[in-house]
Amino acid sequence: MIEIHNIHKTFNGVKVLNGISGNFESGKMNMLLGASGTGKSVLLKCIVGLVKPDLGSITYDGRIFANNKLDIKQEIRRKIGMLFQGSALFDSMTVNENVEFPLRMLSDMSKNDRLDRVQFCLKRVGLENAGNKMPSELSGGMKKRVGIARAIAPNCTYLFCDEPNSGLDPLTAITIDELIKEITLEYNITTIVVTHDMNSVLEYGDNVMFLYKGHKLWEGHSSTIMDTNVKELNDFIFSNRLMRDAKKVDEIEAEERQEDEQRHEEQR
Amino acid sequence: MKTFGAFLLFLSSLVKRGESPRILLNRTIDEAILIGIDSVFIVAVVSTFIGAVTCVQISYNLTNALIPRSTIGFMVREMTILELAPTITSIVLAGKVGSSIAGGLGTMRITEQVDALEVMGINSSSYLVLPKIMAAFLVFPMLVIVSMFLSILGGYLAGSLSGALSGQEYITGLRSDFIPYNITFALIKSVVFAFLVASISSYQGYFTEGGALEVGRASTKAVTNSVIAILIADFVCAQLLL
Repeated sequence: MIEIHNIHKTFNGVKVLNGISGNFESGKMNMLLGASGTGKSVLLKCIVGLVKPDLGSITYDGRIFANNKLDIKQEIRRKIGMLFQGSALFDSMTVNENVEFPLRMLSDMSKNDRLDRVQFCLKRVGLENAGNKMPSELSGGMKKRVGIARAIAPNCTYLFCDEPNSGLDPLTAITIDELIKEITLEYNITTIVVTHDMNSVLEYGDNVMFLYKGHKLWEGHSSTIMDTNVKELNDFIFSNRLMRDAKKVDEIEAEERQEDEQRHEEQR
Repeated sequence: MKTFGAFLLFLSSLVKRGESPRILLNRTIDEAILIGIDSVFIVAVVSTFIGAVTCVQISYNLTNALIPRSTIGFMVREMTILELAPTITSIVLAGKVGSSIAGGLGTMRITEQVDALEVMGINSSSYLVLPKIMAAFLVFPMLVIVSMFLSILGGYLAGSLSGALSGQEYITGLRSDFIPYNITFALIKSVVFAFLVASISSYQGYFTEGGALEVGRASTKAVTNSVIAILIADFVCAQLLL
């Protein structure tokens, strides 16, 4: 489990994060939801240590991360896997080398063991035949899958995904979301996903934290997100026509159910 | 001053929690091949023609009948070893290698590849930049030696083909009053220039922020700043070492 407490961050006098606290459970898809520019990615970067928070604490399974000694931070970092928005694959390396890279740098595994692990990870994401390709030869969805393979290669305990389905077609986006969910459950990983895709949240999310202008406005299970009274969250959820129409249909169905129940009661 | 301070901090970060010597060695060899092999052609072309032009122009200016023609060979050698080979080669490499280093690191930065290294717990500056600087230390003096040889050869060919002086006169000039320390001086300069080009270009690329436009700007700044630094260092070296 990852716990964050009272995280503050300011850039050039602009407050980006304002006292964010919360828990991210293991074996769950923890979603960080919010519109663009609300501080989701900055919060994620604070959690993984790419950005130093001005104030606040971050603990990984009870171990303090931010402001701790470098060797302890390094030890925790070796359990972290991250999928970046643009995949961040190393251009000069093949897919095999990309996935092998963290194993080569951070483990004492023999060459054969490393290659076995690479093959296993690529097979897990359905890319066992793409090992010799260069990142420039891959589609957006394939890059994301290689990114996931690289993230899970060193047996990570914590997985962070920064907008994993941005820039992908709906079908590929679903594939990526499904893959992240499956891996989270399979290895009991603490997964945090930054997203503004309501489909991901409703279909695959467990715990959801909604950020708005650097503040946490709502936190709860994804199944209860549609029933919230928080205006900003409602505005966000129902900002597109599809969701508004779905809401209308829901309301009409609810009214019909209510009328049916009343009719049944009157007949009795 | 703030930028200079940031540059010094950047340099100190290269040696803090560095990678294992085996990884460093492998990366240095890879970078040396990239910097060296790719630059041999341009260095060869520039050096040969600079030597040739130097010979022709000295010959044009040397009109006094009392001065022997072999002086042309002597002057080409001195100018090549002391100034043209180390400085011009380094300026050419600042354009080619410097922009490539800054562009490569800048692209890695904006596509989050540097962040990916940091998340894995790898010191990205040490992993990416230190091998480039060490490779430059290794390759620049080698290229300067190649440049010296080809520049002097260029002078010989130009002198012989244009009829400015005979090959024998040229070689006589080359062999007269040779001071071996000049070679040492040129190699010391090449190491200093190697450090300046690799470190300044890496600094510009490593701290790139934004998009493709900023990567282009970083490359331009890397070349401009490296060339200025080379010329200042050239003067300082001449003052201190000669």
